[in-house]
Formats: sequence, C-alpha cells, structure tokens
Amino acid sequence: MAEHGNGDTGAVVTTGEGASSSYAIDNPGLPPHRPRLADVDEKYAKRSERQVAVLFLISIIGTVLFFVGYFAVARMDAFDDYFEGMTALRVQNTLLGVGSALAMLGIGLGVVHWARTLMPDHEVVEDRKPLRTEAHRAEAEKIVTEVIDETQIKRRPLLRNTLIAAALLAPLPALVLFRDLDRSEDFGVERMRHSLWGEGVRLVRDPVGTPIRASDLTIGSAMHVIPETLREIPGHGTRLAEKAKSVVLLMRMHPDDFGEQISGREDWTHQGIIACSKVCTHVGCPVALYERHTHHLLCPCHQSTFDAAENFKVVFGPAGRPLPQLPISVDEEGFLIATSDFTEPVGPTYWERGHTDPEGDYPA
Amino acid sequence: MKALSQKRRHPFAFVALLLLGLLLTGGLYAAATTVNQAQASNVPDGYSADQVEEGERLFVANCATCHGMNAEGTDAGPSLVGVGAASVEFQVGTGRMPMQMQGPQAQQKPPQFNNEQTTQLAAYVASLGAGPAVPDDEWLDVDQGDPARGGELFRINCAMCHNAAGAGGALTEGKYAPSLHGVEAVHIYTAMTTGPQNMPVFNDANIPPEDKRDIIAFLKTYEQQGSPGGFSLGFLGPVSEGLLIWTLGLALLIGSMVWLTSRSS
Amino acid sequence: MSASKEKYTEVQYLEVDQYQPKTRTGRITNYVDTRVGGTGMVREFGRKVFPDHWTFMFGEVALYSFIITVLSGAFLTFWFDPSMSTTRYSGSYAPLQGLEMSMAYATALELSFDVRGGLFMRQLHHWAALLFVLAMSVHMLRVFFTGAFRKPRELNWVVGSALLILGLGAGFTGYSLPDEVLSGNGLRIIDGMLKAIPVVGTYISFFLFGGEFPGNEVIPRLYTLHIFIIPALILILIAVHLFMVVTHKHTQYPGPGRTERNVVGYPIGPVYAAKAGGFFFIVLGILCLIAGTFQINALWNYGPYDPSPVQAGAQPDWYIGPFEGVLRLMPGYLGPIPLEFNIPTPWGGNSVATPVLIPMIPVALIFLGMFIWPWIEAWITGDKKEHHLLDRPRNAPTRTAFGAAVMTNYLIMWGMGSNDLIATHFGLSLNDITYWSRVLFFLGPVIAYILTKRICLALQRKDREVALHGHEAGVIEVSPEGGFSEKHKLPSEYEFWTLVSYEAPEPSGPKTNAKGKVTRTEKLRARLNRMWFEDRVEPVTREEYLEALEHHGHDDHSEGLEAAQSRGAIEQH
Repeated sequence: MAEHGNGDTGAVVTTGEGASSSYAIDNPGLPPHRPRLADVDEKYAKRSERQVAVLFLISIIGTVLFFVGYFAVARMDAFDDYFEGMTALRVQNTLLGVGSALAMLGIGLGVVHWARTLMPDHEVVEDRKPLRTEAHRAEAEKIVTEVIDETQIKRRPLLRNTLIAAALLAPLPALVLFRDLDRSEDFGVERMRHSLWGEGVRLVRDPVGTPIRASDLTIGSAMHVIPETLREIPGHGTRLAEKAKSVVLLMRMHPDDFGEQISGREDWTHQGIIACSKVCTHVGCPVALYERHTHHLLCPCHQSTFDAAENFKVVFGPAGRPLPQLPISVDEEGFLIATSDFTEPVGPTYWERGHTDPEGDYPA
Repeated sequence: MKALSQKRRHPFAFVALLLLGLLLTGGLYAAATTVNQAQASNVPDGYSADQVEEGERLFVANCATCHGMNAEGTDAGPSLVGVGAASVEFQVGTGRMPMQMQGPQAQQKPPQFNNEQTTQLAAYVASLGAGPAVPDDEWLDVDQGDPARGGELFRINCAMCHNAAGAGGALTEGKYAPSLHGVEAVHIYTAMTTGPQNMPVFNDANIPPEDKRDIIAFLKTYEQQGSPGGFSLGFLGPVSEGLLIWTLGLALLIGSMVWLTSRSS
Repeated sequence: MSASKEKYTEVQYLEVDQYQPKTRTGRITNYVDTRVGGTGMVREFGRKVFPDHWTFMFGEVALYSFIITVLSGAFLTFWFDPSMSTTRYSGSYAPLQGLEMSMAYATALELSFDVRGGLFMRQLHHWAALLFVLAMSVHMLRVFFTGAFRKPRELNWVVGSALLILGLGAGFTGYSLPDEVLSGNGLRIIDGMLKAIPVVGTYISFFLFGGEFPGNEVIPRLYTLHIFIIPALILILIAVHLFMVVTHKHTQYPGPGRTERNVVGYPIGPVYAAKAGGFFFIVLGILCLIAGTFQINALWNYGPYDPSPVQAGAQPDWYIGPFEGVLRLMPGYLGPIPLEFNIPTPWGGNSVATPVLIPMIPVALIFLGMFIWPWIEAWITGDKKEHHLLDRPRNAPTRTAFGAAVMTNYLIMWGMGSNDLIATHFGLSLNDITYWSRVLFFLGPVIAYILTKRICLALQRKDREVALHGHEAGVIEVSPEGGFSEKHKLPSEYEFWTLVSYEAPEPSGPKTNAKGKVTRTEKLRARLNRMWFEDRVEPVTREEYLEALEHHGHDDHSEGLEAAQSRGAIEQH
C-alpha cells in the first residue's frame, strides 16, 4: 500500500512502477499489437478507401442539397398564400439542415473512418516529465525575494501603506462611472411605492382600453385590466414600467363565496367584483391563472397560489405575502373605478419595502 | 261529402261527436302536461318542442343521477338551470359529459351522444332558464376573423393557462387547462362563454363575439401553419428542447464518440 | 543562467540560413521558420500523444459547440438589431402583423421568416448553445468521477468551473435578447431575485434595467454582454484551459502499460488530428441535422414583451432549470407563519425576502463547492501526490457516492423546474409533486449516497472475485466423483492488472501539529477521513494471488505470476 501524505515535495510519486510491489503483479506492459484487417490484407484497405470516398461523395451531395434548399425554394414573402409560404419555409429549413448535416457528416465520418482503418494505430508511449525541477523553484524563489528586497518595500512601510490606500481608491472612479446606468429622472426607491392607480381612475380592458361596467362581469368572469391613464404615459419604456406596476386582475364571485374580509376592506369590492394586483409578490411574474370555482389564483412561473375569496392569502407556493388588493367602486356613469392607489407596493419584496411612506399614505 | 251529411243525423252521430270531443280534449291535455313538465311554457329560440321533449328524456336517462331529476343539482353535480345551451354544446359535444368518474376535472373523451342528441339536450337545458346560447355560424367563420388581433387577445386572456401555442398547461391540485389543438371552433367559443370547470367566463361584454372570432381565427391559423422550424416537440418550449438535446443529441454524440475511439477490426 | 544558454555567432547565423531543404515540405518549413519560427510548435505537437477514450471527448464537444455558436451567432448579428425602440411589425408572419413591438423582436422575426437560412442559423445557434452547456456539464462530471481534478490539475478544474458559469451567463443573456413574453418574464424573475438581495438589491435592479423594470435599456446591455464580454472571457479561459491541458498532458485510465510517468495513446499527427478534426465536422453535422428538423424557441408564439401576459409552461432553457426549480420548491409559509420578515428600524423597517434568498443557498453551495472541491478532497484524504492515472469511479467509492448525492439534489431541483409539465403529462397533481420533491430534496441525496457507495463496493468485490477466481465461463463440468462445477476463465494478465492496480488506504487518525497538539480542525479532518476510507475493499495482494493459484492447484499455474500471462487460461473453480 503506497502511503498517502508523503508527497509534500511535489515530486512525482509513482505507483505501479517503483512501488509496484504493492500490487499483486507487476505492470505487464502494453498488450501486443493486434493488426487490423486493413493492415494485413490490401483488399480490406481498398474497401476502406472506397467507403471513405463514398462518404466524401455523400458530403458533396449534401452541399448540393443545401443549394437546392436555398435557391429552389422561394422565400416566404414570394407566396400569396400565407400557409403555402409557411410550408415552403419548413421545407427550406429541413433541406438546409439535412443538406448541411450530410455535407458535414460526410467529411467528418469519412476522415474518422480513414484514420481508424488506414492510418497507423500503434499506441505510442510518451514519458511525462515533471513540470519544473526543484532547483528551478529554488532559483525562482531566490529571484523573487531579491526583487522584493531591492524595492525596499518591506523596510519602508509608509510607501507600502500609501500604495495600498491609493490602489484601493483608484478603482472607485471606474465604479462611479456606472452610476448613470440608471437613466431615470427621479432616482430612488420611492417610485416603487406608487402605481398609476388613484382615486377615480377608471379600470379599462387590457389591451383594448375600453372602460368596464359592473354588469359586464358575470359570476365567474375574469378580466385583465389596466388603468385608463396608462395610454397617456409617453415613451414605450416608461409606459411598460408603469404597466408593470399597474396590471390588475378583476374577478366577479358570488357574494356568498367571500370569506371574512380584513376590516377596513369592506367597501373595497363592488357587488362581488374584486380586483388585485397581477404582479406576484414572489419574484414578479403575472399571477394570471384564475380558477373560478376554487377562487384560486396561480402563478405559472413558481406556482404561488392565492385565494381571492380570502383576501388573496397565499395557500401554496413560495410567495411570502398576499397579493395587494385594489379598492374599487363605480363612478356616476356606472364604470368601474379605483378608489385609491394600492395601499402597499406591488410586486416582489425589496429591501426598502418596509420603509414608512413619507407621504403617510400607508403605515409600515 | 254527401255521405257524411247524411250520416249526420245518424243516431250514433252524437256518440261519435262525443268521442271525438273527448279524444281532442284528452290529447290537448296530454300535450299541455308535457309542455308543463318541461318547466318552460316557452320553447327556446331556435329549438322545437320535440327537441326539448326528446332532450328531457335523454337527460332523465343519462344525466339526472348527478344533476337531479329537474336539473336542480345534487351533491354530485351542479344545477344546470341557467347554464345555457352553450354549456351542453361544450360539455356533451366534447365528451366531457356524462362524466366517466369523479376526479379533479372532467376528461375529454369521444362524445357519447351524436349531434342531434346533443342539440336535443341543449334545447332542454336552454328551456330551464336563460343562459349563453350556441353561437351563430357567423361568429365561427374564421375567414372573417383577424388572427393578429386574436393572437394579442389570446396572449392576454388565454395563454397563461393554455400556453402561448395552445398546448395546454397545469393548474392546481391535478386540474389542468387542456390543449386547444384540434378543438372545433364552436367548442372554443362555447368554452369562452360558459367557463367550463374552473375556467373563467368570458362573456360577450368582456370579449365581444367579434373578438372571440378573432381568437378562434388565431388558433386555427396557428394550427394550420404548423411549425416552420421542424418537429414542434409538442409546442412545450424549453423543457422539451432540453429533453431532446439530453436524449437524442447526447445519444448521437456518444454513439459517434464510441465509434471514433474504438479500434477498427 | 544565461551562461548555460548557447549563443550563435554571426557566422553560425549565416550557416543556419545555409540549410538547403530537399523536399517541398522542407522548403515551406524553411520559409516559414526563418521568418516567424514555428518548427518548435511542430516538434512539440506534431507527434504529441493523446490517450484515446470516448469519455475524453466531451471537452472537445464543448469546444466545438462553442465555436459553432460563435460562428452562427456572428451570422445572426448582421440582421439582429438589439434595440428596444418600437416599430410596427409588417413582416411575413401573419399572426403578428400590425402589432407594436421592439426592434429586437421585429428583427428576430425577420431573421426567422424573411432571411433565407435565418431560421436555420438561429436554430443552429440555439441548439449549439444547449449542447455547449451540456457538453461542459458532462465533461465536468467525467472529470469529477474519475478524479482528474486532483493535483496537478486543480487550477484547471477551477478554470473549467468558471467556464461553466460563463456558459450559463452566455446562455441566459442570449435567451433574453429577442424581447418576447417568455424571456421577458424570465428577466422579470431576475428583477425580482435582484430586488431580494438585502441593502443593494433594489439599486442593482435599477442599474441593470436603467430604471424601473423593464425600461428601455436592458436588451442592448444584455447584447453587449452576450456578444462581446462573455464570449471574450470564455475565449480567454478556453486558451488558459487548453494551455494547461498541454502543460499537464492528458490523464489516462489505469491499464496495462499505463503508469503515472507515461502517456499512452495516439500521436496528434496523423491519427489524433484526423479524428479530432473529423469529430468537429461530426458535431457540426449532428447539430445541423437537429437544427433542420427540430424547432427550437418558436419566439413568434410568445408575442412582444408586455408585463401583463404570461404563458403556461413558462420555463428557462435547461441549464437554468435547477434555479427555477429550487424557487418553486421553497414554501413561502411554514404552516401559518410567513418566512418573510421585516427588520424594525426607525424609518419603518427593512424587508427580507426570505423565500427568494433561502433557495439560493443550496445553489450557491453547489457552485462554491464545485470550485473548491479539489482542495476539500485533498484535505480530507491527506493525499498530496500527483495523479495522472484516473480513478475508476468504483475505486473511489466515497467520492462517487458524494457526487451522486449532489447530482440527485441537483436533479430534484431540475425536475421541479418542469413540475407543471410533469403534472400534465403524467396526470399528477402539481401540488403533490412539489410536496414530494420537498421531502426528496433532503432525503434523495442521503439515499443516493448510501446506494452508490454500496454499489461501488459491490463492484469492487466483483472485481476481486474475477481477479482471484476468474469469469464464469458458462460451462458446467461433471467431475469423476459426480460433482457439478462451473468452469471459470481466469482474466488475462492485462485485465488482471486493471482489476488490481488501485489503492484503498485505511483511515489515518488525527495528526499532531508542530506544537504537539491535535487541533479541532484536525479532529474534524480525521473524522471525515474515517468516513472517506472506512468502507474499503482491499485490492488483491501478491500473497493472495499466489495462494489462489496454489489453491486451484493446476500444474499450468504452478509457476505463479508468469502462468497468468497465458491468455484465456481455463481455470476450474
């Protein structure tokens, strides 16, 4: 048994040569070379040659097939009929794929077959040499030590310390340069507290933007809703950012199906119509799957499940908080409106979420 | 005619008249009772009284065990008053009803009733109370629909459960949203208007009939265009793609590696 | 030092140039060498020996598929515009015509439908990317289970681990570029996870997205990462990786003629070069075949990104699956108690998104453990020797078992990443799968560890059995006394060598340090060392071998060791 832990020097400790006495027999060496058919009989060598040539020919055919796919099949926009164009695209894609596959496999398989059958297959033994000798290492150590001594850095700690301080500070400007990665005008976390919802903002259908009457929802209905003011937001990116905080799911349940509502939320619903933020409190996917009989809302990303009848409490999955509910009512014209913004930040939990709102809209 | 007028004064004429009168009254009464039993003095639009009557017979024989003799509902099945003909068209037309066994949700299977019987059942259920009707052919004509607009509506309202390509998806506790591939236009439409199982209702105020037609047009276009990139792998997205590269891809590679490193004979 | 180096005189330089090659190859060599050098390379690599085994080729697959992603990706950049400015789509794909979308999505659609071969190249790029990470993963598993990461290759293992992480980064940034709903929700998850990071998380998210999610900035930024920074880092690390492979020379499996001091295999010229070169075309051919026949990332299904829609089956590419799965695995509440909490502060409180942060712990541990594993193992075993001969996995039972345990853990997270599809395709309840996976997440690795270790030890015993008693030949003999016995065929000496040439050290107790004390870490090390080595199957010793021969008592084996050299000797049990 060769000993462990005795190789501190890093020298190669052999097992199987010097220490071979630990094994039942000595290393018997390479097995005798067994010639291949092609080595002993030119007939088989000839056959291999033909096979390789055939593979190369297949490659040529593949390339031709690729050209057929590219030039003989028209591009999609050349077709008047949409479905014919789609079929052509599929045919083209298949021809390009199969053609180039044959072209490549023909070469690859051919060359490998050539190497396997015709090129020499004698195993070769090459010696490993140690990476560097110990003498080299000692020499290197000496040089490094001398160089460090010559800089006098050890003798002059003032130099060393100020250099360290300078080197630590110097990268900071490079870091600060990235400050403007955030392009928004009002930098800070306050903006995450507010969505476009507010008193009197109408609920409109996503994406068409038409307002909704209470009677538009029958029991069991679900509607995907955005604030009417969203369309006024200029700029695609800003609009999407606002939409990302304001998407709402609207449901109508039978009034008897509601569980006990949190006090203060009694007038947040309207004739069994209830609204909640669609942004999951876990990591923010849209919680859009509504089961009308169980009143469960399911997030398809990580399967957090919320109960719409029980104040959107979490009944399953990784979400750590209920979905925020949007208080709703109807305006004089009978259209559904929000009676305020969400009373808590929507979406995933972030570090500053618990901060007291300076505007005093809601407590921590 | 002459013979008849002569026989009017026949001594049995009175008896014959009496019998006729009795027969007529009895028949009328019988007819009136039947209508009464159907619990709807008015036959729903587009259906005949015969259909309602025939539908009730089918209902009593096949559905009443769970839904109650008068479709008032039992512990085993909900009331069907007011669910409308559309519900029957969907549930019976896709074979989901009658249910084979209780489970998280009704499974699709070959329909047990033919079109005629389904219509009769629909007529009966529609006669119980107002509900969503089977749509006119106009709203099922996909040629009139706009697939691009339908696609947008589909992604907002449907894709979260049914998958962006309509391949279906999982819901909670063993329930699922089925695949929409190969589903008839009328069933897609009636599913939207009635909200079968746990599906929300998309009534005409939420998604007007034109929009429903757009959605159906999108689905049918999608179905017809196929997958231009090759085999679709079930339209399931990255999971089936990963599975393919770990099975077929890896197998092809290992095969070539083993061949490449083996010694030739 | 310089004194030892030879110096040419002016005359000698002229003499060198007097070399008059006779062949055409010689003339070319002469031309090149006198201008840029290079004969050194030819002499170094021309006949360099590489061991040949199919499991050694996964690294090559990774390299080749990376090259293929670079080439196909370069093609895609000529059409793809990574801009989030909007346009109205008017290309060939009917179900999206007239919709407002970003230039990124519109040009990705243009590539798919209106550039001939664009769809093919996009699919080739994506399949090659999947294969790239796959090949790296399998390559690392091979290296791990054969112990190829041991001294002197620890640093190359670290480089390889870094390459794997960069591969994940390259994949994820690429997945997000088309700006459709599927990858947009993926980015939304990233946003949610960033925000969960205490103190700085919210701001990291703002900086990545250029403000609030999703903003106008993220696609061009991911593009820079995807086509420049990450590939450049990968290229540099590949160069370092290959340089080290050349420096160390390749490892080899134990076998007759193979020792710690040699490399047995085929020379680069011509066999290995032909095989490796041909293999590039094979890998490319396989990928072309898949790209031409299997659709991947049908991005036209998903529609332009919008924060409102989402789709069932929202999943990342396979290599991000475990991250997705572990998030699904984690419960947000323990019974009625929410895991999320607020740290009370004068300004209200700071929120800790525990259900997002906790799942990152196992993932981080697996990746951190991967980086430092060579040192952990060397510390436990006390093995400081160089190793160029690989371990057969069975001969390192504890390592193999530990690797299987970690793999099981990873596989459960991976499976959870597709639990919704498992639910629909096997008629199971999503919730039940999750509950069971939570149990298996802890129990699975333990079972895998125990099972794998037992299997390894059993295989070692089988090896021992074969070495001492031979293979069952499948021939039943009747002795003159009427007894039945099966003929056994002794292994050839070459096979015998492979079966017995391994080490199974016994546990070593705690050692004292320089002050003569046993430290607590040393005690821990000794305990782990015991766990590592206590279950062992002793390799066949010389005495046992001789005794076995003696016992069988056949004349033709009485000469001991040499007898075994007769290949195919029949030995009666």
